[in-house]
Amino acid sequence: MSDEVERKHPLQRLMDNTWLLLALGLLVPILSYTAWGWIELLTLPDAKLP
Amino acid sequence: MSSVGNFLPNQSRTCDTTGLPVCLTAQFFIKAHAVCAVVFLLVGAIGAILLALTRWPAVQLLGPTWYYRTVTLHGINMLIFWILFFEVAVLYFCCTSLLNSRLFSRGVAWLGFVLMVVGALMTDVAIFQGRSDVMMTSYVPLKASPWFYLGLILVAVGTLIGVVNYFLTLYIAKRDGTYDGSLPLVVFGATAAAIIAVVAILHGAVALIPTWAWSMGWLSEPPDAAWYRLIWWGLGHVSQQVNVCAMVSVWYFLATLTTGAKPLNQAVCRTAFVFYVLFINLASAHHLLVDPGVGATWKIWNTSYAMYLAVLASMIHGFTVPASVESAMRAKGYTKGLFGWLFACPWKNPGFSAFFLSLVIFGFMGGITGVTLGTQQINIIAHNTLRIPGHFHATVVGGTTLAFMGLTYYVVPLIFRREYYARPLARIQPYLFGSGIAIMALAMSFAGSYGVPRRVWDADAGANLSAGANLMLAGVGLGGTLAFIGLLTFILLTVAAVFFGKKNEGRPMTAW
Repeated sequence: MSDEVERKHPLQRLMDNTWLLLALGLLVPILSYTAWGWIELLTLPDAKLP
Repeated sequence: MSSVGNFLPNQSRTCDTTGLPVCLTAQFFIKAHAVCAVVFLLVGAIGAILLALTRWPAVQLLGPTWYYRTVTLHGINMLIFWILFFEVAVLYFCCTSLLNSRLFSRGVAWLGFVLMVVGALMTDVAIFQGRSDVMMTSYVPLKASPWFYLGLILVAVGTLIGVVNYFLTLYIAKRDGTYDGSLPLVVFGATAAAIIAVVAILHGAVALIPTWAWSMGWLSEPPDAAWYRLIWWGLGHVSQQVNVCAMVSVWYFLATLTTGAKPLNQAVCRTAFVFYVLFINLASAHHLLVDPGVGATWKIWNTSYAMYLAVLASMIHGFTVPASVESAMRAKGYTKGLFGWLFACPWKNPGFSAFFLSLVIFGFMGGITGVTLGTQQINIIAHNTLRIPGHFHATVVGGTTLAFMGLTYYVVPLIFRREYYARPLARIQPYLFGSGIAIMALAMSFAGSYGVPRRVWDADAGANLSAGANLMLAGVGLGGTLAFIGLLTFILLTVAAVFFGKKNEGRPMTAW
């Protein structure tokens, strides 16, 4: 049984691990879209009004 | 299924048609969520026909106040309530019947369901009261009634509770060994949808809770408009990616139910779902392509480099699902020519025709318009024109809603155990609805290309729209009317079957 687990392709192991998929599914968009976008907005310099 | 289920005594039955086990607790909540879904679909559909007849310049049915109120009502009921209620029903079916497992908790299911119903009613009442004409996006500083935001928050929390119940059911099914090996593909797809739903709901909470606090007067200033748009689209677009995942799972399921198709390559199909989980949510950035606050690198990375992996996933599903049908049909002996298998498909079965039309409308019309609108240069031209609703009516309505309709033609006989009346009408319903939506979505897209704006009551205030644009807006009205007739037919047939249909307990459902 353990040999069988060892031989599993890493992608198959990922697909069989719902919790790891959940963690990655949260992490990737939150880092790439939300956190990065939020940082861009926070670091936006104030507009210089005429 | 060689494994033994973990059902409590007298709490399950075996489906007389498919042989699948049915957890009776899950069955109750599948019914409850499906009924609510159809009720909110009807509310949204009434809004849809009113809007279609208002955007048709020769008719312009509603005045401006009721136009914006109806846009709000239609968007919220169609894109959130109908879809979320149906998706929780799909999740409960997948994690119990397809995993040979009981539902984790009846109490948790009740809590989620009650919160969803109370929240949805609260929001709809707030809209009808006329103090929440902020449209679905509710961009600040537009301010709605606090009940509007609170209702949406309750719906989101209720849905999250349903999703948690789903994950915990996966846990007990694995712990109790109710299935062998990996999750079945349809359950894997539903799991991908559930993961994406968590992302959507978290963003919804972050955007809407401070907005609600501001509407209550607890905050003196509204949230920053640019920040709100960034976070809100983490809810608004991601929730539509839940639809995509759930819809693709339904495609695989209906392909199996209607033609006996089996996925050609499990690893490829699952990899495509993993691409969805990791990358499809980045597509929210499309909505900010003309926003000045976020930079070009952020826009290009999120809408191009990473997101195209999700587009690749849709193309994989778009080819593997019909290929699995072709393989099944050829195995049955339909081998004449290149497309003999296609002509021999069960086109009179509304489950099949709805699924296949959904695949074509979503894949060609929705996919092509989506990818082009996600390109910055095109987006600058098309942003806030009718091309945008043209795209998402092809994906969410022609795609997801049509697929869910197809599934309903099996849910009612198999879960409610009632037969449909007027079966010839049911056979043509997917064609009516599908062709209406296709005409409307195309007309919207072309009208948008002529520069017709979206979400504007009097688009032609300066009487400066071209004849072509007016023709396309008439197409929106005609296509919308046809789709409405198809949708109303679906609702009437389904309500008649659920409440008055002939019972089929103890025998297989009547084949379509």
